[in-house]
Amino acid sequence: MAQDLAAVAKQIRRDIIEETAAAGSGHPGGSLSSAEILTVLYFDKMNVDPANPRWADRDRFVLSKGHAAPVLYAALAERGFFPREDLKTLRDIHSHLQGHPNMNDTPGVDMSTGSLGQGLSVANGMALAGRLDGKDYWVYCLLGDGEIQEGQVWEAAMSSAHYKLDHVIAFVDHNKLQIDGPNDKVMTVNPVDEKFAAFGWHVQVIDGNDLEAVSAAIDAAKAETGRPSVIVCETLKGKGVSFMENQVGWHGKAPNAEQAAEALAELSAE
Amino acid sequence: MNSATRVAYGQALVELAEKNPDVVVLDADLGAATNTNKFGAAFPERYFDMGISEADMMATAAGLAASGKIPFASTFAVFAAGRAFDQVRNSIAYPKLNVKIGATHAGISVGADGGSHQAIEDMALMRALPNMTVICPSDDAEARAATFAAAEMEGPVYLRFSRYATNTFHGDDYTFKIGKGEIVREGTDVALIACGLMVNIALEAAEQLAGYGVSARVVNMPTIKPLDNDLVLDCARTIGKIVTCEEHSVIGGLGSAVCELTSRMCPVPVSRLGVNDVFGKSGDVPGLFEEYGLTAAHIVKKVNSLLA
Repeated sequence: MAQDLAAVAKQIRRDIIEETAAAGSGHPGGSLSSAEILTVLYFDKMNVDPANPRWADRDRFVLSKGHAAPVLYAALAERGFFPREDLKTLRDIHSHLQGHPNMNDTPGVDMSTGSLGQGLSVANGMALAGRLDGKDYWVYCLLGDGEIQEGQVWEAAMSSAHYKLDHVIAFVDHNKLQIDGPNDKVMTVNPVDEKFAAFGWHVQVIDGNDLEAVSAAIDAAKAETGRPSVIVCETLKGKGVSFMENQVGWHGKAPNAEQAAEALAELSAE
Repeated sequence: MNSATRVAYGQALVELAEKNPDVVVLDADLGAATNTNKFGAAFPERYFDMGISEADMMATAAGLAASGKIPFASTFAVFAAGRAFDQVRNSIAYPKLNVKIGATHAGISVGADGGSHQAIEDMALMRALPNMTVICPSDDAEARAATFAAAEMEGPVYLRFSRYATNTFHGDDYTFKIGKGEIVREGTDVALIACGLMVNIALEAAEQLAGYGVSARVVNMPTIKPLDNDLVLDCARTIGKIVTCEEHSVIGGLGSAVCELTSRMCPVPVSRLGVNDVFGKSGDVPGLFEEYGLTAAHIVKKVNSLLA
């Protein structure tokens, strides 16, 4: 399984490069940094049915950092929610793949996102509904590290704990870079773990680019009862493409044809 | 009878919940004022006080709706439409989720709390959002009916309620339909198209106008969006002069909606009575309506200058 997941993560990374290169815009850096998280979720942990994307009992995923749409679309396409060929239509006027996820356009997208800071509240609402209905589904939410500068994230963090939403599992993609530069220069977010702990969350800090660590952390989060869990994922922005790694300039810029070819060659090497 | 529309809303939520197990209610620490606390007492497991966090409340409501619930999210209009505008836009209206926003304490009839709490721009903000339905009931009977109608339709609805009690003029036989206005008094010289608390005041004005020999039709227009185009155009075509009356800014509300339609389909003189692009302030409600030009006498004056 581990080797298969590694192959999937690599394929998702290739998809991210191909999507953004075809679109000529988009956000490769924060998509690449979270490839392992989405790989483990969609190919191991999440109970979903690509033939029935709105199945009421499914696990949900809210991409609160909606600009990482390329990684979500790649995972959904690889999982069979829609044809892989669609990926190259990202951001095209005739495409169902909007620049930021739209739940009414794309099969498998559980919530429309893009305006940062709102996804954790939505995840809480989904978890409250599941509890009322006596369902046992899990709600996963991926936050960016820059995103947690939004005050609403902390309103939501308070609510998750207040309502003891132990079926909410949040990830923070802590790649340490945002558009204007390093988090520490723009607006310090650290200590991320202590902040969530102070809000009453079960907290784990892991290597978010390690498939087994992500998997084990999700299992540990699921075992936790009576409080929500956050997995602070220490990641590398642009992970897997050497010239994009830890470079703030690749937050919201697509590779040109030459750069895409170079990136794909690197992601195809054993 | 004769209670504030917010009170009718709170009672209607309880009735709704008895019939529909999917109805849930959220509030942001204002349950006693918005009247959702009645629901909270009757159905505590379906009532979520989110604390003083309107943004979180709106997006949580979106998540509940995305999982099949019919959430009513309540707070004062100034916070519902203003503070949480981006959440309403991006997490509710854009994905067209089935969230009902119960916005109370709209307009200057908030009274003593003052301008910071008096939403005079909320209908403009909500009306500009695609997928959003905007309703401003005129009395408690209509507020109750509108709450039921909002629950029955699929999609986001902004319900605008008042803090201040007004006279109930709808009878037991009243049937409310979203997108439909009603002629509450017939007339031939001028049409007064009103919503919310201004319907009663427009009726009062029509009575005064009759004394001067002016025959005024009074239209109750509870749905600001989608507007009852047929009824507005009937006023334009058969009467030819319109005065709109709303407890809202003259920019972007009912008056604007009427002008947008008539200017395109049947250009006739339209005079807009409302709050004239200024913020409110503290005061007693009759005093504020006098100061901000929202009385029957002001309507009569407006009509006279339009007919002159």
